[in-house]
Amino acid sequence: MGLAKRIIPCLDVDQGRVVKGVQFVDIRDAGDPVEVAKKYDEQGADEVTFLDITASHEGRDTTIHTVEKMASEVFIPLTVGGGIRKVEDIRDMLNAGADKVSINTAAVFNPDFVGEAAARFGSQCIVVAIDAKCVSAPGEPGRWEIFTHGGRKPTGIDAVEWAKKMSALGAGEILLTSMDRDGMKSGFDIGVTRAIVDAVNIPVIASGGVGNLQHLADGVTLGGADAVLAASIFHFGEYSIQQAKTFMSDQGIEMRF
Amino acid sequence: MSTIAIIDYGMGNLHSVSKAIEHVSTNTKVVVSSDQHVIRSADRVVLPGVGAIRDCMAEIKRLGFDELVKEQVQQKPVLGICVGMQAMMEHSQENGGVDGLALFEGEVEYFGDSLYDGEQRLKVPHMGWNQVKQSPGHPMWHNIDDLDRFYFVHSYYVSSSVNAAVGVTEYGKSIAAAVSKKNIFSVQFHPEKSQHAGLQLLKNFTEWDGVA
Repeated sequence: MGLAKRIIPCLDVDQGRVVKGVQFVDIRDAGDPVEVAKKYDEQGADEVTFLDITASHEGRDTTIHTVEKMASEVFIPLTVGGGIRKVEDIRDMLNAGADKVSINTAAVFNPDFVGEAAARFGSQCIVVAIDAKCVSAPGEPGRWEIFTHGGRKPTGIDAVEWAKKMSALGAGEILLTSMDRDGMKSGFDIGVTRAIVDAVNIPVIASGGVGNLQHLADGVTLGGADAVLAASIFHFGEYSIQQAKTFMSDQGIEMRF
Repeated sequence: MSTIAIIDYGMGNLHSVSKAIEHVSTNTKVVVSSDQHVIRSADRVVLPGVGAIRDCMAEIKRLGFDELVKEQVQQKPVLGICVGMQAMMEHSQENGGVDGLALFEGEVEYFGDSLYDGEQRLKVPHMGWNQVKQSPGHPMWHNIDDLDRFYFVHSYYVSSSVNAAVGVTEYGKSIAAAVSKKNIFSVQFHPEKSQHAGLQLLKNFTEWDGVA
């Protein structure tokens, strides 16, 4: 008896459509977000994450509307990320029906925003997204730095120290994406996952690089993650959520069925 | 057509609770309201809650909902959710100590910074899907399997040793997942986010007459 590890399908949404690229290029259309979320709910997904990659202002209204519709039809937790910069952005998403928001770039430019957000809305709804890239040379002990703007801009900030700081400021969960692995289908970066899981006492979601079901299991058994997030392997029908859960359960991981 | 009023005291999103109840019951009208008259005229009442207890209790008192809730629980079925459940206890350790509505005996405690299950260190908040061991026979558990999983997200808990516990979950400690007394059924988890099991619990609430 105990807490189940979670499988979280991620929807990258641009202008109201689910898309998925390889390292942020080569975008393929993967459908209507509400329909996609409903499908995952029916398959037994434990949560859904909605990342709004729309840059424009007009796109925000579309996003809020999509979140509202999703929250009316999908009765599992919903996290919304992308463009969360102000307290009002958080309020808008929570009012639209999101359960948590994911803060990324804004936390890097203004760490106190995380503290302010947690004080106002509670740590339970504040996820800090960390996009990490390996900066150590082969053979050296692992070292990872934070990158912003979809992995394009280096910040010089150490990822493990950053995770500790975010946790201390009131983040309720960490969404850790390896920018080296994102879209590569070669598995999570286990090194950075384990380093951050061991450094903080809040749940960590591993993300970036899932290509098969063993990768998902490895994120939990080797990386120590509390939840695993993936997009492509589910969107294009390679595997269902149920297949993934059965596979992980067979490896002794506690799952919800 | 019966009516369920979800008490709106400005703490968080009530849309999910409202939509989930509408989803499971076609003959229930759901209203999200801060109007005492509307709440008094409903057949059933939901006291939700997210965020920190100090802010929740401050708003409940400012709007006069403390007396309203105490009055309503004498008259009709009331469902407390998450911080709504915690607010019904005598006292919470959160925010340096906050008094609750004292509808149930017991204290809301912090999980602590070193929570363990055997050798394994447990993360706080307790976030995710955990099993609930039911006290058999309560009508609110109708059609829900014992040990079914519900979605939890909280850092403070009520011990399962309280008299009113009717559902128990293990997370480093034995915690009350549900407490009940007469017309009140309150849950620490989020039924509106707990898919089939949670929707069934909400459906049961739309049919519950308030007698355990």
